Amino acid sequence: MTPPRDVAVVAYARTDHQGPAEGLSEAETLLPVLHEVLDRAGLAPGEADFTCSGSSDYLAGRPFSFTLTLDAVGAWPPIAESHVEMDGAWALYEAWVKILTGRADTALVYAHGKPSAGDPRDVLTRTLDPYYLAPLWPEPASLAALQARALADAGHTAGPDPAADPLAGPPAVADGAAAVVLAAGDAARRMCGRPAWIRGADHRVEPHALGLRDLTDSPSTRLAAERAGAFRAPVDTAELHVPFAAQDVVLRRALRLDDTVTVNPSGAAAGPLMVAGLIRLGEAAARIHRGASDRALAHATSGPCLQHNLVAVLEGDA
Amino acid sequence: MLVRLDGADTALLHALDAPHAGAVRTGMRVRVRWADRREGAITDIACFEPYDGPVTHEAVPHDGSFPDPVTSLAAPARLEYTYTAGRAQTRYLDGLARREVLGERCPSCRKVYVPPRGACPTCGVATTEPAAPGPRGTVTTFCVVNIKAKGLDIDVPYVYAHIALDGADLALHARIGGIPYDQVRMGMRVEPVWTGDGRHPDHYRPTGEPDADYDTYRRLL
Ligand SMILES: [Zn+2]
Repeated sequence: MTPPRDVAVVAYARTDHQGPAEGLSEAETLLPVLHEVLDRAGLAPGEADFTCSGSSDYLAGRPFSFTLTLDAVGAWPPIAESHVEMDGAWALYEAWVKILTGRADTALVYAHGKPSAGDPRDVLTRTLDPYYLAPLWPEPASLAALQARALADAGHTAGPDPAADPLAGPPAVADGAAAVVLAAGDAARRMCGRPAWIRGADHRVEPHALGLRDLTDSPSTRLAAERAGAFRAPVDTAELHVPFAAQDVVLRRALRLDDTVTVNPSGAAAGPLMVAGLIRLGEAAARIHRGASDRALAHATSGPCLQHNLVAVLEGDA
Repeated sequence: MLVRLDGADTALLHALDAPHAGAVRTGMRVRVRWADRREGAITDIACFEPYDGPVTHEAVPHDGSFPDPVTSLAAPARLEYTYTAGRAQTRYLDGLARREVLGERCPSCRKVYVPPRGACPTCGVATTEPAAPGPRGTVTTFCVVNIKAKGLDIDVPYVYAHIALDGADLALHARIGGIPYDQVRMGMRVEPVWTGDGRHPDHYRPTGEPDADYDTYRRLL
């Protein structure tokens, strides 16, 4: 399917915390990122036709935590605004669809996460099946280790993933925020020298129960990529969201990436919870902005063992 | 571990009691160890344990009805968080500890927000400039509370009001005391009353000044 409108990522900014954002509220972490991205797009606060954010109350530890960041976007007088309790990559998807409908020409998308407020190993168990999984409190590294074992048993990797070792102690926790601006057609061309056009985007989800899945494969990623048009032409760059290293091989196979593709040139493929996926989309777009890529694939994931996957294809004009 | 029970086609997630990782391999046989107390939840299985025996069970058809169906289960969860008040709120809370109500001024539209939340929602910029409105203020609007709140040791009826501190561009809300409830009025001048070791004003009381002119506070209604 070809999108009914040309919509592009025209600006991108992110924090570069390597650890907890000491002493800063989520809104205060986000504010400089919003200013940077709006400056790049030449938009004033509150000027975008639509605003969509991604974050999690469970990480923040308070209900409606996203409303605390709305002051930072210039939300008064009231703006058209939405929120997903998901990684910001899904907020970008909602904003993209909104612009495709013709109800908006520009959108501000942002994500923020402060997992250092709690212990994400406990918090993330609350996203699991409430009857069969959540009462057992299986932490993310334990579930990732099951996947790593399945990959090693199937001969896809040499051995278990050392990062997916729950006995290795608490994982490093990074807080952060990221933002992008989307714009349609001529607005995009005005705002950006080389817009990163979203040629397609789709997201698909695996069965909820881990025991129903083949953990060595990611049919949802493959289907999302197909629907996003990723296989219609080769990509030169792929930004993959890989919370645990062993998952890299699953994604490369599902996305049919060979050695000609530059994978994750921006560096770390994990990142702050709720933000890491939007960062992958932003980094792929930024690479197109500066002419280092002509056709890039961006991937975001959510849930245990690559449960829910989003794929977008971005292109720059020749 | 994921375990496929004999006769099942899909796997179940649970814990395996094993002395170390080296004692576990994919394909090994295990069996259920039941919990001492069972209440109809996944935790009725305490864990699985290694088992050397043969396959002894075949799945048999089941009509899905049980003599004692489980209709609900309790899965208690407790998560602990460290709340980060942030730059603006920390300044506000530090001020309260000194019995000062502090605000912050927007560098763009010059509005003074109290309590400050760190950003101006109109301009979308950080309100970094400290401001000290009040301590006196004006009642901009109010209501009479006739329902006693649970755990609150205040006799009804009492008055809860919006108060614009002098120099503030946003009204805060607080209880009005020191005056019968039916004599509180818009425009009444009030000041904070700090009591005991309270970390914020217990209530506001009349200063005795003449009422403020409507035009001085109507934009804060
Ligand atoms: Zn302002």
